[in-house]
Amino acid sequence: MRIHTCLLSATLAAGLAWATAATAAEPDPSDWQSVTEAARGQTVYFNAWGGSENINAYLEWAGAQMVEQYGVTVVHVKLDDTANAVAKVLAEKTAGKDEGGSVDLIWINGENFASMKRQGLLLSPDWTTKLPNWQYIDYENKPTILTDFTIATDGLESPWGGAKLVFFYDTARTDSDGLPDSAEDLLAWAEENPGRFSYPQPPDFIGSSFLKQVLIEVIDDKSKLLKPVDEATFEADTAPLFAYLDKLNPLLWRGGKAFPQNYPDMKQKLADGELDIIFAFNPSEASSGIAAGELPDTVRSFTFSGGTLGNTHFVAIPYNASAKAGALVLANFLISPEAQARKQDPAIWGDPTVLSMDKLDAADRARFEALDLGIATLRPDELGPALDEPHPSWMEHIEGEWLRRYGAAN
Amino acid sequence: MAAALRCRELTVQGTTPGIETGAGFGPLTRHAPALTIAVLVGPILFGFLGTLLPAFGYLPGLGGMTFTLSHFADLTDVPGIWRSVGLSLVTGLVTTLISLLLLMLFVGGHLGGRLFGLMRRLLAPLLAVPHAATAFGLAFLIAPSGEIVRLVSPWLTGWSRPPDLFIIHDSMGLSMIAGLVVKEIPFLFLVTLAALPQVPHADSMRLGRSLGYGRVASFTYLVWPSLYRQIRLAVLAVLAYATSVVDVALILGPQLPATLPVRLIEWMNDPDLSMRYLASAGAVLQLLTTLAAIMIWLGLERLGGVLVAAFRDRGRRLARDGAARSLGLGGVALAALTIVAGILILAVWSVAGLWQFPDALPSSLTGRSWMRAVPRLVEPLTVTLAVATLSAGLAVLLTLLCLERENETRNSGGTRALMLLYLPLIVPQISFLFGMQYCAILGGLDGSLSGMVIAHLVFVLPYVFLSLSDPWRSYDRRYETIAAGLGMGRMRTVFRIRLPMLSRAILTAFAVGFAVSIGQYLPTVMIGAGRLTTITSEAVALSAGGNRRVIGVYAFLQTILPFLAFAIATALPGLLFRNRRGLRV
Repeated sequence: MRIHTCLLSATLAAGLAWATAATAAEPDPSDWQSVTEAARGQTVYFNAWGGSENINAYLEWAGAQMVEQYGVTVVHVKLDDTANAVAKVLAEKTAGKDEGGSVDLIWINGENFASMKRQGLLLSPDWTTKLPNWQYIDYENKPTILTDFTIATDGLESPWGGAKLVFFYDTARTDSDGLPDSAEDLLAWAEENPGRFSYPQPPDFIGSSFLKQVLIEVIDDKSKLLKPVDEATFEADTAPLFAYLDKLNPLLWRGGKAFPQNYPDMKQKLADGELDIIFAFNPSEASSGIAAGELPDTVRSFTFSGGTLGNTHFVAIPYNASAKAGALVLANFLISPEAQARKQDPAIWGDPTVLSMDKLDAADRARFEALDLGIATLRPDELGPALDEPHPSWMEHIEGEWLRRYGAAN
Repeated sequence: MAAALRCRELTVQGTTPGIETGAGFGPLTRHAPALTIAVLVGPILFGFLGTLLPAFGYLPGLGGMTFTLSHFADLTDVPGIWRSVGLSLVTGLVTTLISLLLLMLFVGGHLGGRLFGLMRRLLAPLLAVPHAATAFGLAFLIAPSGEIVRLVSPWLTGWSRPPDLFIIHDSMGLSMIAGLVVKEIPFLFLVTLAALPQVPHADSMRLGRSLGYGRVASFTYLVWPSLYRQIRLAVLAVLAYATSVVDVALILGPQLPATLPVRLIEWMNDPDLSMRYLASAGAVLQLLTTLAAIMIWLGLERLGGVLVAAFRDRGRRLARDGAARSLGLGGVALAALTIVAGILILAVWSVAGLWQFPDALPSSLTGRSWMRAVPRLVEPLTVTLAVATLSAGLAVLLTLLCLERENETRNSGGTRALMLLYLPLIVPQISFLFGMQYCAILGGLDGSLSGMVIAHLVFVLPYVFLSLSDPWRSYDRRYETIAAGLGMGRMRTVFRIRLPMLSRAILTAFAVGFAVSIGQYLPTVMIGAGRLTTITSEAVALSAGGNRRVIGVYAFLQTILPFLAFAIATALPGLLFRNRRGLRV
């Protein structure tokens, strides 16, 4: 009986949604004037990971700018896992809520993007290249802007920032001479310093990224990573990775029986002296931490000379967003030179820009050149080569295999 | 809750039969019990169905149209699943057992003593501290880089950096058990205080003592059996809670694998949406796990009964019970101390600048964490206060109408009604919240204030009812007889005599409901849909970041709010009814 009513109301809701969808016109990003007009007065629910204070503060600033410049209110829905927002959009699709969804903009990349794209949960077709500020985007030199974990972005997600795996250590405790320069080195270092290294527990994004970094270094044929996982050879392909982890895990913090939650957790543990080497996807994470009083000013950065993982993170709009026009205006604002320069300032956030300096005018370029990247941040030419992300299926498979092998480690 | 429970004892014992004078509240009170039951049972039933169907493969939105058992088969293939189940089961049982034993030793050993009164005043307010805040406080104390190690390092331990010790998230769930025990002891203590007046404990204790039995023995042989019967449902609620808790398990519990409820939430949130079937099947498994824990507990009850009987029948005096009494006192005092110290350390972290190991205090203090948090706090704080006020207010209203109906019919519904009341506390939240979320989306209530108020009401109502029903029922109705004798109508009697006299109990019940609402994590996350966040959901979300300063701010606030509600509940009647001597503070 109850279920019957449930289904009935679902049908009704779906019917209503269809009726309203037919009447409400989708905003057209090529007619930008009409988009900003439609956006005025809208409230954009921006679903973004909320685990870092400096990012939250940056988003508050962006929200204030949006009200001032466009009359758009931005609400930061703080996620502890982006997958929650993906699940929410799906739950809405499940319940037939094709209009008036609760997520307007979502901070995304990699497997979450692949999943949403596959399920048809994203606003399409291509809207990102029609944004006015797209003209500044450095897609020529940053291939990860058009290819997110080997998946073509097809204009369904708008780039927001760059990321590169960088390691941090405290010079007050750790001698900079003996720092590892490859995954193999790191294992040797862990043998000498047991209990002082760890990685966030997969499926945490940064933890899984560490696994990929190792995989890229130890796999026999790197070209396999550009294609989806071949089930037949997966075990053999990843055998070196898991042989590595079998050796590394017992040498980790707490003997590999517990793992940090995520990279801010590792940052706290570096400050506490529990960990000696940590890493993050943001090259200026250490400088930001020093500025915020979370890390001592003796912390410095390093990468592997053979290269570390690099990627781009994006924002995307769900197909059923309530405030699509507002979300478009926000996505455009986030790639404005003003917003990007502020984002790259380590005192604010320190996230690398996706803009091309060559495409900016002199005044905007000066904003970036004036930035003090901080004492613990490596210069762009010191960051070393960027390694491409494998196809998302690798991440899913490795995470599954990791959980199978170590998920019940105790 | 304490004050309410104290009222229970202070009010005159024994009630006179009610007198029917004039018209009652008519349809309002007549329909109140049915409405209350609908509020309690409806969402649970509805939600449970919404969990059960996907567990068997029926979820139209994901294309699941056929019934299958394959998701349960998948569940058994999940690595470490049985260990997760076992962890939930064991942590739940051990938590309940330790809490109850310590409480029994303490109450038995100190009932009527000076320390008993002291502990009552100390423990009562601690009930208002939310579970998550308690867990954070404990973590900040006992972690290898926590305050306890800092206080003794490096001068005593020689540690200039935190030892690589496995304390928080330990694989046996010990720190999680500690966190739960610390929080459940005040709860069980207050339930016990409420039940004590219904048991002739003073006479029994005197009798036992005069025959040469020790305090604890007298209590256990003579008082405990009837007392336990009174608090049994509350004990089962503790057991059910401890087997299915999410927030405390996230903060303190084991990770590889985590307890079952934590894994369910992970599956529910997995980007691979087909995991929802697995999560639903897991929710059914969670329900079975809690049921199994209850079954084992019932067995333990028997065993305990047999043991007590064996000792009693052999005439064991156990006169020298100093050690047992100290254990009880020590355990209860340690629980209180831990909560207080935890809150203090949270407060210090919220104003800490750089604070490196092994400094016992931060090297600098700063208001930065608060300054950054305040603008961000406005919205969750508004939602927290609105939802807590509305759900507690509605719960008090429904409770009052139900109790007034009781007066009219002189039928309290007996134990069956009490069972219904405890239903939301005994059925694991997680097993019906998945389905509730699904139905909330269908009804357009997800992310709305009304949806969240309804979801909270399910959990607030039982506590409000339990807190208010005792003082209400033990209210000396001779006052009303006198009022009626003086020609006062029924309505007037209620508003002029009964409600003012019970105002403190009513406000305390409101504060209890308020505190319960503030502590809700899962219903907030599931129904709030991210649009509505509360201090609690924000605190747990931020805990992922591991930033102790921010956690300090949120957990401290989370603790302060219920305290404010209790303070208002204590002060308001005195202010409102200044002209009545009996109601002054």
